Amino acid sequence: MATASIALRDSAEPLALAAQGGWRSIKNRMMSGLLFVSFLVVMVPLLFVLMAVVSRGAKVMGWSFLTKDIAPIERRPGGGVGPAIVGTLVVTGLATLLATPLGIMGAVFLNEYSAKGVFGRIVRFMANVMTGVPSVVMGLFIYVIFTLTFKQRGVGGSLALACLMLPIIIRTTEEMLKLVPNYLREASLALGTSKARTIVTVVLPAALPGIISGALLAVARAAGETAPLLFTIGAAKSLQINPFADEAMTALPLQIYSNASSSFPAAQARGWGAALTLLLLSFLFTLIARLVSARFATKR
Amino acid sequence: MSSPALDLRASKGGGETGFRGLALAAGAFVLVILGAIAIVTTSKAWPTFRLMGLDFFTTKRWSAIDHIYGATAFIFGTIVSSIIALLLAVPVSIGIALFTTQIVPAKFRKPVTYAVDLLAVIPSVVFGLWGISVLAPKMDGFYKLLNRTFDGIPLLNKLFGPSAGGKSFFTAGIILALMITPIISSLSREIVDTCPPGEREGALALGATQWEMIRGVVIPHSKGGLVGAIMLGLGRAMGETIAATLVIGSSPQITADLFGAGNSMPAFIASQWGEADTPTKSALIALAVTLFLITLVVNIVATRTVARSQLRSAGGR
Amino acid sequence: MKFDVPARPSSNPMASEGSSVFALEDVAVFYHDFKAVRDVNLTIAKNEITAFIGPSGCGKTTVLRSLNRMNDLIPGARVEGIISYRGIDLYAEEVSATQVRHHIGMVFQKPNPFPKSIYDNVAFGPRVHGVKKKSELDAIVEKSLRGAALWDEVKDRLSTSALGMSGGQQQRLCIARTIAVEPDVVLMDEPCSALDPIATARVEDLMQEMKSQFTIVIVTHNMQQAARVSDRTAFFTAEVNPHGDRRTGVLVEYAPTQTIFSNPGDPRTENYVTGRVG
Repeated sequence: MATASIALRDSAEPLALAAQGGWRSIKNRMMSGLLFVSFLVVMVPLLFVLMAVVSRGAKVMGWSFLTKDIAPIERRPGGGVGPAIVGTLVVTGLATLLATPLGIMGAVFLNEYSAKGVFGRIVRFMANVMTGVPSVVMGLFIYVIFTLTFKQRGVGGSLALACLMLPIIIRTTEEMLKLVPNYLREASLALGTSKARTIVTVVLPAALPGIISGALLAVARAAGETAPLLFTIGAAKSLQINPFADEAMTALPLQIYSNASSSFPAAQARGWGAALTLLLLSFLFTLIARLVSARFATKR
Repeated sequence: MSSPALDLRASKGGGETGFRGLALAAGAFVLVILGAIAIVTTSKAWPTFRLMGLDFFTTKRWSAIDHIYGATAFIFGTIVSSIIALLLAVPVSIGIALFTTQIVPAKFRKPVTYAVDLLAVIPSVVFGLWGISVLAPKMDGFYKLLNRTFDGIPLLNKLFGPSAGGKSFFTAGIILALMITPIISSLSREIVDTCPPGEREGALALGATQWEMIRGVVIPHSKGGLVGAIMLGLGRAMGETIAATLVIGSSPQITADLFGAGNSMPAFIASQWGEADTPTKSALIALAVTLFLITLVVNIVATRTVARSQLRSAGGR
Repeated sequence: MKFDVPARPSSNPMASEGSSVFALEDVAVFYHDFKAVRDVNLTIAKNEITAFIGPSGCGKTTVLRSLNRMNDLIPGARVEGIISYRGIDLYAEEVSATQVRHHIGMVFQKPNPFPKSIYDNVAFGPRVHGVKKKSELDAIVEKSLRGAALWDEVKDRLSTSALGMSGGQQQRLCIARTIAVEPDVVLMDEPCSALDPIATARVEDLMQEMKSQFTIVIVTHNMQQAARVSDRTAFFTAEVNPHGDRRTGVLVEYAPTQTIFSNPGDPRTENYVTGRVG
């Protein structure tokens, strides 16, 4: 191996400045390779799952699939997920309406009124803990306090999903509020604006793109949840739009779940179709969220 | 602007205090919900706890007809599948975190991060569908192969026992691992990123290779936070319902056989709920309370660990 | 080395009761237990420009911010002594900080326009204080932008983002925004330190024009600027605390600008203005 050497006047040994071969360098490359492999280890199953959903789901996909009612008889092919799409949109939409204002106000409390206070620290800690509550527990919780009294209605599902979304929205909104520079608040206060008005007219608008992006991610997550709906909205077969009516509804995740455990190929095919639909919906929300936050970045 | 009467008192109208009150109420609501979850579910589960007492946690049998409700098999299943998930997910997640922050050149960092986070977008029920239709049958062959390989070797042949058609603790562990990887890796990424570039450059300046720098500076610095991230992944794995339900096998057995069918707390609750009568429903809620408590403890410890490690890297050294 | 101070009509060193806007009596400002500045006694006269000068850490910004209760935003900050504005104790129980800031505005060191349009920046204050009609807002916006010598430059792009302007323009926008609420006093915290010399000159000219309508108090690091623009100057210095290494500011001398720069009474003032001490 060639070594570049500089002969020093007083020393007998030339300086070797070329890269050393040997164990250290090999180990370094090995470990970098290993880390790259870990990336691949995750990408491969991801690709498998995506490919399976797309290829199998495409077989039943189509406008009629998206609009037809649920197949009344399991083993027969045909039928669609129309009511499930509507159910997902309605239940998730209502949950978003419930969780978002509450979540934003909670984050406002944490960042604007209690950034260092003791109560704020407790709430922040508990909001973080709340993100880890299993969805099945949330579902049962709403079952007990709502569904038992009011029977199976779409609203119950929305309440359960809202409980899941709330801590996520609080957390992401708080991060966005922290990013709003303090000198903007000072500028507003110096003009004789009250703190509340400053928050509403300066701080929230400045953080809005980030808040929206965080909320959309929470929506995507909620749209894919099954367990909270299992205990609350029932299992309708036909279209039910009104979540407040005393009627069961259905949603995409529930359809996927019931079809997945079926042994009839026709049902399983419908399950893949529903999965493809749900996946497209989740990706759509995620994409919009990322676009919104990218615009936010360039604006600054 | 010197008007004779200069009034500097606060303007009328409770706008300011009203808004503040709303914000405070919203914050307090979090505590209210958490408290309500604990109280309400425990009260509904109380009949079961009264019936079984502490035996609830130690009884292996669950028979609705005989009014015997034992949670052991499901606690066992939850723990085993979660541990398998961690064993698979942790090295991969931390590897990804290190890969993304240390190895990948800056311009590829975003796409790589997006790609990994795509895993998080896939709903759990889709993972379950894929698991039961695609993964489980494929793994069946693999399990049978491993079973034959370790046949006759003591201990290992118990672990890699006969396969039950693919739906097993291990398959559930794989699916759970896929689901918790984005959580652990994204949090680990944040934690590893807080390692001060000064320290990292210092190591490199001393002639360390990149891997030696990672091992000597980045990992020790991030250890505490990484532990927290791992625990958060554990909490998520334990609470995961639908994906586990579909692939774990629905058999309430306690066995060392990783390839055998089992059951977990959330999976059992979900699968039994539809046909449960009222006392059974109470027992299932009791199971949910158990799950809630376990994940609560794990999450509290995890959150504290992460918070403390971030404090340490931000402040005192 | 002395430098030129433009001649000014002589006036009394102490403003008479009728034309004083602020009166500070034995004022000290604390952050928790730390005394940041002490023994401040001065009165600020109407329609004059008063400058606070002195080395870093001598409390001039602290005193400035206590004049419009901006120090309230810092946890642990409190004021001892009396700061009265037109005879009212600013820190009395019933006094609302929000109302105070309506009358006493502030321009900051680094220009801080809102990420909104130029129009919305200037209209922000009036909207907060109840002006709703578009025609009224239009008139106020034009008047304020003219008052800040910015109108001709931006009149055709009022709806574009304020962040697209140069630093000097942004600062003049902040001035326009401040005068749009028609305050009585405009406080300026080193308003030119982030600007280039040309922009600085324009702001200084602006200050002279504003003097007839507002009372101006300016904190500046730049002695020559104080000599150029102000009528009265207060010199602060920082004293090293024997018990620790944090410094407490103290008001050394307060007099007409001409006096401070050509004939200072206190040797510390003389050392500072002649450049012997930084």
